[in-house]
Amino acid sequence: MTFLFTLILFNYICSMEILYVKRVYKTYAEHKALHNVSIHIDKQRIFGLLGPNGAGKTTLIRIINQITGPDQGEVFFEGEKLAPKHISQIGYLPEERGLYKKMKVGEQALYLAQLKGMSKNEAKTKLNHWFDKFEITNWWDKKVEELSKGMAQKVQFITTVLHEPKLLILDEPFSGFDPINTNLIKKEILELRDKGSTIIFSTHNMESVEEICDDIALINKSRKILDGKVADIKNEYKTNIYEITFEGNLIAFTNALWTGFELLSTEKKDNRIVAKVKGVQKDTSLNKLLATVLNDINIIAVKEHIPTMNEIFIEKVNEVMPDDLPEEVN
Amino acid sequence: MNKIALIIQREYLTRVKKTSFILMTLFGPILMAGLMLIPIWLGLKDKDIQIIEVIDDTRQFINQFEGSNTIQFYYEFKSIDDAKKSFYKDKYTSILHISNTDKNTTAYLYYKKQPGLSTVSKIESTIEKGIKNIELEKQFNISRKQLDEIQPKVTVKSVSIDEAGLEESKNVGVSTFLGFGGAILIYTFIFMYGIQIMRGVIEEKTSRIVEIIISSVKPFQLMMGKIVGIALVGLTQFSLWIILSMGIYSVGMGVLASSNMNQLNFSKEAITNGMSSESENEISEHKIEQQINEMFSQIPITKIVIAFLFYFLGGYLLYGAFLAAIGSAVDSEADTQQFMMPITIPLIFSFIMASSVMENPDGPLAFWLSIIPLTSPIIMMVRIPFGVATWELLLSMALLVLGFLGATWMAAKIYRTGILMYGKKITYKELLKWLFYKE
Repeated sequence: MTFLFTLILFNYICSMEILYVKRVYKTYAEHKALHNVSIHIDKQRIFGLLGPNGAGKTTLIRIINQITGPDQGEVFFEGEKLAPKHISQIGYLPEERGLYKKMKVGEQALYLAQLKGMSKNEAKTKLNHWFDKFEITNWWDKKVEELSKGMAQKVQFITTVLHEPKLLILDEPFSGFDPINTNLIKKEILELRDKGSTIIFSTHNMESVEEICDDIALINKSRKILDGKVADIKNEYKTNIYEITFEGNLIAFTNALWTGFELLSTEKKDNRIVAKVKGVQKDTSLNKLLATVLNDINIIAVKEHIPTMNEIFIEKVNEVMPDDLPEEVN
Repeated sequence: MNKIALIIQREYLTRVKKTSFILMTLFGPILMAGLMLIPIWLGLKDKDIQIIEVIDDTRQFINQFEGSNTIQFYYEFKSIDDAKKSFYKDKYTSILHISNTDKNTTAYLYYKKQPGLSTVSKIESTIEKGIKNIELEKQFNISRKQLDEIQPKVTVKSVSIDEAGLEESKNVGVSTFLGFGGAILIYTFIFMYGIQIMRGVIEEKTSRIVEIIISSVKPFQLMMGKIVGIALVGLTQFSLWIILSMGIYSVGMGVLASSNMNQLNFSKEAITNGMSSESENEISEHKIEQQINEMFSQIPITKIVIAFLFYFLGGYLLYGAFLAAIGSAVDSEADTQQFMMPITIPLIFSFIMASSVMENPDGPLAFWLSIIPLTSPIIMMVRIPFGVATWELLLSMALLVLGFLGATWMAAKIYRTGILMYGKKITYKELLKWLFYKE
């Protein structure tokens, strides 16, 4: 009975979770790169790995790619301990990326695909498909040095996703892209997720990922300081501050607020007033605010002030970070 | 394994397809054949034949001067003044005037075109010999004929005897040539292609493709694939060079030989006229042929070829590993200087030492340098044509194999860390640390 239960649980975990990083430590000479980092990544999600430069993101990614190994801790891929056979199921676009300059685009893409374990024919068929899709068929015989940086980035993206990896790791994927290509790649990433891939998205630029990530983990100074669903985190860190623009009497408005809201600031623009208010009760919401003031003023616009990932990050980092937290015990 | 083959294939094909490789492969042999043929051609063309008119007031030197390919002597019974007067009308290139047979006499050589040092010394020794003969006859009554009869002709042939009592005579000249030739080839190969490994690694690092590749293969596979791929490029180039050079050389020799037939015949005639007998000439030709055959039968050709291939590859792999490690540790070729020094010093040192080793091929210097892996590829190659004990050869080979395994192990450790390290000034201390990093 217990066995059966374990089996079901195991299957459940396997089917949901693609990657589990379990209490990983990594130290380079005198520099601590990762300290007791654990991460769960579910299938078919876009997972943001956020943190400032030098936080340890790239080290963690290199461990997942088996470029380097952890000093302590383990990594599981679909429930199995990470092993060289998983390489063909992971696609990796490193932050420091480039191509052989003297090699032709097509030849090079074929080579990289074969290194990932694809057959030459299979790689050729898929490359043709992608080259068509990106409208770059005529690049096949060009040398990489003839391409612009943005063009080369497109080729790199294709070689990363060509073997249809279950897990796609993109380290600062948009650096060096122009806005048009950024949108193109964003679209592709979403499409890949919808087709079943899981994407780890690493960046120090918090703003760029808010719209695209489902889950995130924040890493700072080699430690994970926050993780979860983006929506949950935002909810948890919401400030209960609302901005309301209206026409009418400010005194009437202030009176209407009663005890439920606190007026933070007001600003007069022509005959309109922009006011910032903060809910003081726990179960405050935009609806309550509207209900409170609806009869006294003429509402033009209203919005909830939601903290950006950046603000949350700064808030989190500024919380006193005890250097010797008691180690997490499982 | 399959991935290593892919890497080797890429490294090989991208290099072999390069225009510079094709040009080098085609023009290299033309250059080499040229280097071999031009001296021969020049030698044939510029063979200045000195025709010397001998004016001998003493009448003691009749038939004393022996001609050769380049010098002919004509004995004329003229006064020196007459000879000088008609000098520019005559075919002679210079006039030799001997006025007396005193012990410390001075003879004069008047010339249109400066005679070489060897011509002058030949004349000197002939006159000295002549005067000596005259004195011998005068004082001891020994005739010139008697002297010629007792004239000895001695050659020293060196024969080695090994422990089993087997005797073997060796030709030092050919051994020297083969040994030195092999050493030069190995030295060039290590340098040319070793540097290519380093450049290849630096290229992968600066173009930032390396991280993409090592997310698919192990750094060690990438490094070894590169080393092996470039070795194959080198072997291809060398074999093509040898085949093409041989082709061009033999064609060139054919052309030169036919165009110079007349000239050769002419000079033979001249020699015959000039106091040299034809039969003697034939004998010496036959002798040379015999000697050449003998030379090559004395030299262990198979052993040399096998040893050459072994040290050729062994040396390349040893130094190639070091150079790959250096390439991985730096950001650009300009930064390689400080690390190149300790690598190139043993190589250049062994090249310089090669001539001393040839002087004394069984001495302690030769022994130790041919055992130590860093110098053995070059020094052992120099020693082999002179004959090396089997145990020494085996020891040296075993140590070279251990050497390159060790070097590869070290290089792999440095490489693994180095290729992902950017913008850091690397010191020896740092490299040492990398050796002990855990994977």
